[in-house]
Amino acid sequence: MNPKECKYTQEHEWIRPEPENKGEMGLADYAQSQLGDIVFLDLPAPGTQVEQFKKMGEVESVKAVSDIFAPVSGQVLEINQTVIDEPKLVNEDPYGAGWLVKLELSKPAELDALMNSDEYDKLVAELSEESSEEAGGS
Amino acid sequence: MSHHYLLPDISQSGKIGCSLPSLDVTPAELPPKELLRQELELPEVSEVELVRYFTALSKLNYGVDTGFYPLGSCTMKYSPKWHEDVAKLPGFTSIHPYQPTGSAQGALQLMFELQEYLTEITGMDATSLAPMAGAQGELASMLIVKAYYQARGDKMRRKILVPDSAHGTNPATAAMCGFEMSAVPSDDKGNLDLKSLESMMNEEVATLTLTLPTTLGLFDPQIAEISRLIHASGGLLCGDGANLNSLLGKVKFGDLGIDCVQLNLHKTFSTPHGGGGPGSGPVCVKSNLADFLPLPLAAKNEKEYAFTSPAKSIGSLGAAYGNFGVMVKAYAYIRSLGAEGLKEVSEDAVINANYLKEKLKAYYHLPYDRACMHEVVFSGKRQKAKGVATLDIAKRLLDYGFHPPTVYFPLIVDEALMTEPTETESKETLDAYIDAMKEIAREVDENPDILHTAPHNTPVRRLDEVTAARKLDLRWEMGSQGTED
Amino acid sequence: MPSPYLPNTDADRSAMLQAIGVSSVDELFQDVPEKFRNVQFKLPPPLSELELKEELRRLSNLNANSDDYACFLGAGYYRHFIPSVVGHITGRSELYTAYTPYQAEVSQGTLQAIYEYQSLVCQLTGMEVSNAGMYDGSTAAAEAALMACRITRRDKVAVLSTVNPRYCRVVDTYVSGHNITLEQVKPNLDGLSSDCACLVVQQPNSFGYFEDMRAYSQKTHDIGALLIVIIDPISLGMFKPPKDYGADIVVAEGQALGNPISFGGPGLGIFTCRKEYVRQMPGRIVGKTVDVDGKPGYVLTMATREQHIRRERATSNICTNEALVALATTVYLSALGRKGLRQVAELCYHKAHYAADAIGKLKGFSLAFQQPFFKEFVVCCPVTPRQINEMLFEEKIIGGLDLSHMIENGMLFCVTEVNTKKQIDRLVEILGTL
Repeated sequence: MNPKECKYTQEHEWIRPEPENKGEMGLADYAQSQLGDIVFLDLPAPGTQVEQFKKMGEVESVKAVSDIFAPVSGQVLEINQTVIDEPKLVNEDPYGAGWLVKLELSKPAELDALMNSDEYDKLVAELSEESSEEAGGS
Repeated sequence: MSHHYLLPDISQSGKIGCSLPSLDVTPAELPPKELLRQELELPEVSEVELVRYFTALSKLNYGVDTGFYPLGSCTMKYSPKWHEDVAKLPGFTSIHPYQPTGSAQGALQLMFELQEYLTEITGMDATSLAPMAGAQGELASMLIVKAYYQARGDKMRRKILVPDSAHGTNPATAAMCGFEMSAVPSDDKGNLDLKSLESMMNEEVATLTLTLPTTLGLFDPQIAEISRLIHASGGLLCGDGANLNSLLGKVKFGDLGIDCVQLNLHKTFSTPHGGGGPGSGPVCVKSNLADFLPLPLAAKNEKEYAFTSPAKSIGSLGAAYGNFGVMVKAYAYIRSLGAEGLKEVSEDAVINANYLKEKLKAYYHLPYDRACMHEVVFSGKRQKAKGVATLDIAKRLLDYGFHPPTVYFPLIVDEALMTEPTETESKETLDAYIDAMKEIAREVDENPDILHTAPHNTPVRRLDEVTAARKLDLRWEMGSQGTED
Repeated sequence: MPSPYLPNTDADRSAMLQAIGVSSVDELFQDVPEKFRNVQFKLPPPLSELELKEELRRLSNLNANSDDYACFLGAGYYRHFIPSVVGHITGRSELYTAYTPYQAEVSQGTLQAIYEYQSLVCQLTGMEVSNAGMYDGSTAAAEAALMACRITRRDKVAVLSTVNPRYCRVVDTYVSGHNITLEQVKPNLDGLSSDCACLVVQQPNSFGYFEDMRAYSQKTHDIGALLIVIIDPISLGMFKPPKDYGADIVVAEGQALGNPISFGGPGLGIFTCRKEYVRQMPGRIVGKTVDVDGKPGYVLTMATREQHIRRERATSNICTNEALVALATTVYLSALGRKGLRQVAELCYHKAHYAADAIGKLKGFSLAFQQPFFKEFVVCCPVTPRQINEMLFEEKIIGGLDLSHMIENGMLFCVTEVNTKKQIDRLVEILGTL
């Protein structure tokens, strides 16, 4: 399911903690499947300060535009230029080549406020059940 | 001849598509060289090649003159041809907005009378013809509301309430005016949830903006209560008149408690849609808002017609007076129908929509099984459960020679098919459409693949919108782009 | 009463009402509270096509039109030659009775024509991208100002005092909705705040004269603002495209390109900008792509900027724009082409200078400015422009714009390729009688 080493937000972002209070973040598989083919990403420039759960960027598909929320507070170190040029990587490999931003965490304790992969798997399962109920029968 | 070429492909140096006279005066000295351009790279084609090219393009297009075009809330009714002819009279086309008004009395009279007719049709007190489309009319409405409260020193009114079924322009326009928007939920009958509305109503609410009837094609019978609620808290009730075709000659917005409403001449009043305009979006208000109307208004003095500016006007929406060329056609429409004729329009529009509703509800889920007005909203959810999306149904309709209804709107209906036949469709056409929709419903069970891969019979088939958005190709280029110095 | 536009007969209506399961159409209006239904409307009785054509002809004859009068009035709306081919193409009903091309497969005519339009206006202005058009030149300028505020995240807009005052008023209406202030600045740019999002200029300016755009471009970019240039599209047949002097957004009134003046509407808001700002550009945009069979085709693209997706975060609320007017412009530019548009511009230039020269030599008249101009110029008159225009009107001439509120007895004359030498000579002769 969703990678075990990552932590997740309610808004379907993931963060993979790295040594020295760093982390790599991106959009979860559920987000990319809901958005459909992604056409454009608006990401904060390196050096930008971000705040946990506040908007840090935007992702656009053909039919929708969504905010990207920062999973933790900190500073943007690097953005994934490859994914800017090839947004479809987010659809194809959301946890690998489709990573978005590398951060330096200013408050590592904030990771505790996020879901682990089991909790997140459960959230996704519930959401999927709800939407299949809506689509079904009459 | 294939359409797969563009102007640069048929351009050749030395060709031209028109003839111009030679200079008949002594040439003057040219201006300083640094003001002049060196190269002008535009295609060069002869008139015959131009005509063949655009004729080929027109054959790829489907218009109301081609066939049934049931786009919901767009009112794709037939545009009478003689309106096109009179709009081309030189006395209407070759007049300048800034020429002395004494020399444009016919134009001013037409505008004045059109204002009067629209005021009467909507049951309001005053009309401005200045807005150039429905969205601009909506902007005018919101600016009027804003100015109204500012004039009263009421600084609290920051919110606009809009039903969750609203058209996308409503929140966009609210944002353009610095208002916050909140959505009011609809109940399971498709009406506004009055309890929610009541709980949201307070002194921060500037207006509730309703499309009447709603984008679900339903008339909310609670309208009197809704009006009472909003006015009791000092708010205004605004209307989006996009769906006026259902009420023409029968119901007045003003009677329902509406304070401000914008209309679409290119929908209700039959002016052609042009592939995306020109339109015209007049705004009609009650007397308490008349001072704020966008300028100018045409007025009748003792001796003549003239332009006036409302005392506290929100200002100009354009460099002239609105889309006069569109007004001429709407004026002609109203004068050819009269009150009786307008009533026949809305009655036939409503009959046609209800007929479609009855005949198709066994095949497509009807979220609100009650009398609809001029449009009916189906849901493709039964088909979705079998793996066929509303998009597939729409594309398959193209193979049957019909333009599909509006799809995936309003957002509160899953897999929506918003269908507005209008009064200018015959029962024969409706029956043919019904047969096609029944056939498609059968295909969902018997041959879903033909739906997934539809359309098959159109000049192009499904287009790759993803690549269009990822790899932007928005123009061709000819010659060098010129250097920036 | 049978109507040509209501194809259903009474028999059809009965059959449909029966199928619906009601006995009268009024039952279908049950949701409307009874007191609001079937009210009386006071409107004139209907007239037949024949009667109405007469009535409308009568109304149109009450207007002095510039087919019958020699017209020397411009100020943003211009009488130019429209080749007959334009009307024949825009008169094709597959094109003019279509709606917004949401179903691309059956709208390739509209979509490809818009792609051509976008390309042609970019070729003209030198800018990299264009949208499908806005309502008119003034709202295009207003939307450009709002766009500059979004891009720079600033809330102040500067407009040069030589910009068309009517355009300035429209910009004011649009920015008043947001918390954005509008500042007028003089051509010396004293008082240009360093926190402006943009400087809006016009070339040639609203008096008809060329200004030093390079200087404006320099100063605007020095403060990190955008340069928005309003141009006369016909002038670009001869004069430098704004891209060359650093414009960021170029807008114009497109009426002059193949459309009748029509009492000021419908017009066309030409809107072009630098490629890097494309995502902030309002309005509809057509893009080229392929279909499932690999055939080239066209679609509306980047819809996520627009109201139906982005809703309250849309770049604008515009839906219906002026598509048919843009089509006329497309045909016009194609018919004229590279040589034709240059020729039209040169005809305007030389005729206007011929007229200015002759009027400037008349006793009591003088030319207000010495700078280079294109097809409009300001004259200081010996009596009020009002008196002059009354006199000219008696002679079946529509005179220039009264500028006396800005320049004493000032009048803005316009001469285009449709004014003949005979008309100009007659104008000069009549003015000479003063």
